[in-house]
Amino acid sequence: MDVGAIFQAAFALVVGLDPGFLGIVFLSLRVTLTAVLIAALIGLPLGAALALARFPGRAAIIVCLNALMGLPPVVAGLAVFLLLSRSGPLGPLGLLFTPTAMIIAQVILVLPIVIALTRQVIEDLWSEYRDHLRSVGLDGLRAIPTLLFDGRFALATALLAGFGRASAEVGAVLIVGGNIAGYTRTMTTAITLETSKGDLPLALGLGLVLLSLTLAINAIAFGASRIGARYAG
Amino acid sequence: MLSTTSILPLTVEAAAFSGDGKLLVEPNSFVIPAGGLTVLLGPNGAGKSLTLRLCHGLLTPSRGAVRWADGADGRAKRHAMVFQKPIMLRRSVEANITHALAAAGANGAERKVRAAQALDRFGLAERAGQPARLLSGGEQQRLAIARAWALRPELLFLDEPTSQLDPAATRQIEELLSGLVAEGITVMMSTHDLGQARRLADRVLFLHRGRLVEDTPARDFFAGPLSAEARAFLAGELLW
Repeated sequence: MDVGAIFQAAFALVVGLDPGFLGIVFLSLRVTLTAVLIAALIGLPLGAALALARFPGRAAIIVCLNALMGLPPVVAGLAVFLLLSRSGPLGPLGLLFTPTAMIIAQVILVLPIVIALTRQVIEDLWSEYRDHLRSVGLDGLRAIPTLLFDGRFALATALLAGFGRASAEVGAVLIVGGNIAGYTRTMTTAITLETSKGDLPLALGLGLVLLSLTLAINAIAFGASRIGARYAG
Repeated sequence: MLSTTSILPLTVEAAAFSGDGKLLVEPNSFVIPAGGLTVLLGPNGAGKSLTLRLCHGLLTPSRGAVRWADGADGRAKRHAMVFQKPIMLRRSVEANITHALAAAGANGAERKVRAAQALDRFGLAERAGQPARLLSGGEQQRLAIARAWALRPELLFLDEPTSQLDPAATRQIEELLSGLVAEGITVMMSTHDLGQARRLADRVLFLHRGRLVEDTPARDFFAGPLSAEARAFLAGELLW
């Protein structure tokens, strides 16, 4: 097959809404969106608390979180694999090679990003708002809801950064999901497999969807910061 | 609910403040009774801003005490503060006010009513839905005052409220402040602007290098200050 024919076949897959193809796309989105949602629920308040709290060891935690933003996905995958494997501490739950396992692994990848970026955003906002919020009696943890709300546009960008990392990674979902067709096969694991098998149209079609997704994320991030700039003056 | 006993007079008893091992505000004592406008005057770095923050409770004196007449430690607040650079939340003009009211414990319906009153009182009703940070500097400071007013303070602190404003906006803010005093709100503000102090002050607290050098009625202060530092400041010779 020449490159032109491969592209043609790939487009046919995308446009033709092939059920197997769509299943892979939807599973990827389900896993990644769930992981980002969970990471947001945990990471936003935790990052804000970290921004406001002062305690010994805080600097070390911030350095570790920043380092974890670059955690190799295969290492995260390996850690979750060890946890969930039959002989591991959570083995009896029988979660290995399920979408749930993939969600857990991606939460671990996304959470440091959400916490670290939230910490930064909220700390900057707090230094600007501190006098007024303390003046009206919102000190310490009581200031967090206000800060999270007022940082909403910057925080949306942080969540999209997390989404971008999770949707693009292959190592973690491959190790804990097992790339089982129709069950734990995501866009990235499918591209890896199909490319090595030689089914280039499928790999390329999925690659196109992934690319469009990345493009959409960046467009949304740009839009959010523009709307934010309107409110930020 | 508002208690009926007044928080005034405010008594500052030898309140000092040090930071980084340096004494920034000397143990000054003064009393702020109800009514009138007191100006904290002095060159840059005299400790005006720190003194206001000590009074408002944003800072804790390293020595001495700040006492309110009702025995409150200043937490159940009926005093509010407006800052040099208006701090505007990334919300609408109206939401800036309702947010402060919510923090003060007002319920939803009450917030709405009191915010509308404040917007009306300060001529911001037409701006209610606009993002607060897109207002002009003068309007932002007006909103900051409206937001503080909505909290129904007995005593309002203002830290150099017009130092970043043009003459027209400055005049507007000064008129607002006179209006607040006429309404019965006690005002304590800092400024390094002599003309402003002359126009507004009933009483002058003159600070120099953290020390309260003079505490006199404004008329007497401008007629002939007692201290050499204040004389030098009025003559434009004392710069810090």
